[in-house]
Amino acid sequence: MLEALDFQFMRYALVAAVFTGLAAPAIGTFLVQRRLALLGDGLGHVALTGVALGLLTNVAPTITAVVVAALGAVLIELLRMNGRTSADVALAMLFYGGIAGGVLLTNLAGESANSLNAFLFGAITTVDAADLWLVGALGVVVIVLSLGLSPQLFAVCQDEEHAKVSGVPVRAYSILIAVLAAVTITVAMRTVGLLLVSALMVVPVAASQQLTRSFRTTHLAAMLIGLFAAVGGLFTSYEIDTAPGPTIVMIALVVFGLASLAAAVLARTRSRRHRVHST
Amino acid sequence: MSTTPLHVRGLTVALDGRPVLRQVDLDVSAGEFVTLLGANGSGKSTLVRAAVGLVPASAGTVELFGTPLDRFRDRQRLGYVPQRSRAVAGVPATMHEVVMSGRLARRRFFGWRTKDDVAAVEAAIARVGLSDRTRSSVSEMSGGQQQRALIARALASEAELLIMDEPTAGVDHDNQESLADLLAGLVRDGTSVLLVAHELGPLRPLIDRAVVLDDGAVTYDGDVDNIRDAEHVHVHQHSGQPAKPDGFSGNPVGTHHA
Repeated sequence: MLEALDFQFMRYALVAAVFTGLAAPAIGTFLVQRRLALLGDGLGHVALTGVALGLLTNVAPTITAVVVAALGAVLIELLRMNGRTSADVALAMLFYGGIAGGVLLTNLAGESANSLNAFLFGAITTVDAADLWLVGALGVVVIVLSLGLSPQLFAVCQDEEHAKVSGVPVRAYSILIAVLAAVTITVAMRTVGLLLVSALMVVPVAASQQLTRSFRTTHLAAMLIGLFAAVGGLFTSYEIDTAPGPTIVMIALVVFGLASLAAAVLARTRSRRHRVHST
Repeated sequence: MSTTPLHVRGLTVALDGRPVLRQVDLDVSAGEFVTLLGANGSGKSTLVRAAVGLVPASAGTVELFGTPLDRFRDRQRLGYVPQRSRAVAGVPATMHEVVMSGRLARRRFFGWRTKDDVAAVEAAIARVGLSDRTRSSVSEMSGGQQQRALIARALASEAELLIMDEPTAGVDHDNQESLADLLAGLVRDGTSVLLVAHELGPLRPLIDRAVVLDDGAVTYDGDVDNIRDAEHVHVHQHSGQPAKPDGFSGNPVGTHHA
């Protein structure tokens, strides 16, 4: 398996997978806590328009994707805050607008929608050195801010109104969470792909909370599960010759399945022990 | 300028163009326990939400500790317990973590917890009698326990003014008794309390003053003794009667503060 690393593209892809695996659940935990699990999905669609804009203007798609997704993130938070549009309708518009804009701009760039496949489902061979620097830098920003500001972001996502009364800048931090999610999507674009990136933000969190009681443990365990799924999925996809994105997501889902099973077994033994004790 | 914990004058609030509060005056003095009564839809919740800045006022002023609300920065002096708030979000959290978020008024922008924070959180949890559940996930706690956890969160900042929106709603009599004990201790220590309630129950002996709202206006502001039974306030309003409680003989509104 390790001979895969003889290839430079695999070494690049491994670095990208490490950052993706850690960053996606780091910010995803807050989205799940806020019950905005689908936000990442909506922003992934918007990032597609950004990619297409890059193809059209000959700018690196990673850069245009991060800019467009971040703008989309700010827009959706402003819509949500002003209460003019309900969150799910705003998300729906992001989904459709993002896909339509992406395909439309790609066509205008003289390419067929097929050229978007690498961005939609991940394509590790496309990671180059310039991309890697950007992915690494953005990944570090997401991880450092998600962990460093976790007391404040926790309060905002746990009870927005109480945080506001406490004087926490709820509006600024809500926008920050959405923008960090948008940045994560760009980080994950090469490995997991835009259509499945949201899974890596949500599934590791869902898996870890099967077995945890505290927020902090959930957060850190989710990052470890994300790391395992991203790196494991990368090597598996190399071995069995599949697209990396779906492979990574399937591994995360398997971990979720095992965690749910373990939680069920634990609950059962606990209640049985309880029964024995009480008789 | 006064340094009264809460000083509200001429507060008018409209939600979606519909007037909810009209020219409301309300004071809570240092160490005073004030209860806000009225039927559903009378504007009680809107009044406290406007007082803490969650609902914008269309006219009038709110001052907290002598500072206008929009310039009020000493947020740790204010403890807020929202109405029917669930302590549970989409990710598990221990009660310790939830109560710890009450300390954020002291580090609003960034910063991790300090030893002082941990000590204050543990004291607040002990105060509401949940020390044995500190590391429990809030989702495993009963409704009454979650309510007490949220009160601990409000206390964790070492607040001088506690604003509670219907903390007794849906709480059984035993839990109401322990809430009364808790509040009695706080009042003894000099905390000012504004409490929105439907019925007074075991809290009655603690209350210094009652304010009754009806249809967004204050209809009574005075001694709680004149309110024979808070549930009568409720009944009368449902039958379309004025909000005056039975046996009403308090000061007519407008002269009380003169």
